[in-house]
Amino acid sequence: MKKRWYDYIWVFSLTYLILGFFNILFAWLGLLCFFIPLIISVSRGTKGYCNRYCGRGQLFALLGGRFGLSRRRDIPGWMKSKGFRYGFLAFFLVMFFLMLWNTCLVFAGARDLKQVVTLLWTLKLPWHWAYHGTLFHPGVAQFAFGFYSVMLTSTVLGLITMLLFKPRSWCVYCPMGTMTQLICKAKNRET
Amino acid sequence: MEPRIRIRRSAFVDAASCVACGCCVKVCPLGAISVFRGVAANVDPKKCVGCGKCARECPASVIVIQEAQA
Ligand code: SF4
Ligand code: SF4
Ligand code: SF4
Repeated sequence: MKKRWYDYIWVFSLTYLILGFFNILFAWLGLLCFFIPLIISVSRGTKGYCNRYCGRGQLFALLGGRFGLSRRRDIPGWMKSKGFRYGFLAFFLVMFFLMLWNTCLVFAGARDLKQVVTLLWTLKLPWHWAYHGTLFHPGVAQFAFGFYSVMLTSTVLGLITMLLFKPRSWCVYCPMGTMTQLICKAKNRET
Repeated sequence: MEPRIRIRRSAFVDAASCVACGCCVKVCPLGAISVFRGVAANVDPKKCVGCGKCARECPASVIVIQEAQA
């Protein structure tokens, strides 16, 4: 099949993860992977982002498929159940809002900037080398640390399930994928 | 001469469990499968030849290849 420009967005996803090692403020770019899928699903009622443009899905397909870093087994039944998918989405959103709340506290001056990236919501990795001070408020950096934590955590989970199951197993329980599908379901019920 | 019996195979999607990721769409050589309105994948039985590529790719493993009627 002919490759289109949008088949190379995985380059962007990879660059994003690497840039975060050098300057955490690049983490703000990740908001694109947050708003674009939502905008597409709300405005057009499709999962066009997943189906075409998602660089992360492409990256897993490449590593697990082309490079063979995957056992290619079926994902266990409970992981594709609605209970787990919706539960994971809810958990993810709660953690996301906690992260936003911490950012607000830093903005309000009630808390100091923490230069750590939190992996899997528990492991605190020192990440001070990627922070060189900012022209902006420390809260801007706090959000970057928080958002990068979200992105890195989901990438690590995705890589683990890529190895264990099929390359794009992450897409089964990806919160963005679940959320956009729910939006599409709701939208298409109306019409 | 006896008429040759042709067994047609085709892909079937368990729409209730499909996550609409579109991985199947990307690998179908005949463009026989598409994601309908972001809800679930849909097979065009006229185009599908039952090659099974989509079923192998599907991360949720919700596609089966079965004999199709006529
Ligand atoms: S389910 Fe998630 S990772 Fe997969 S294509 Fe959609 S947004 Fe990307
Ligand atoms: S079985 Fe083959 S032809 Fe049929 S939808 Fe799947 S990939 Fe396409
Ligand atoms: S790959 Fe599987 S889960 Fe994804 S859209 Fe196709 S049938 Fe649905």
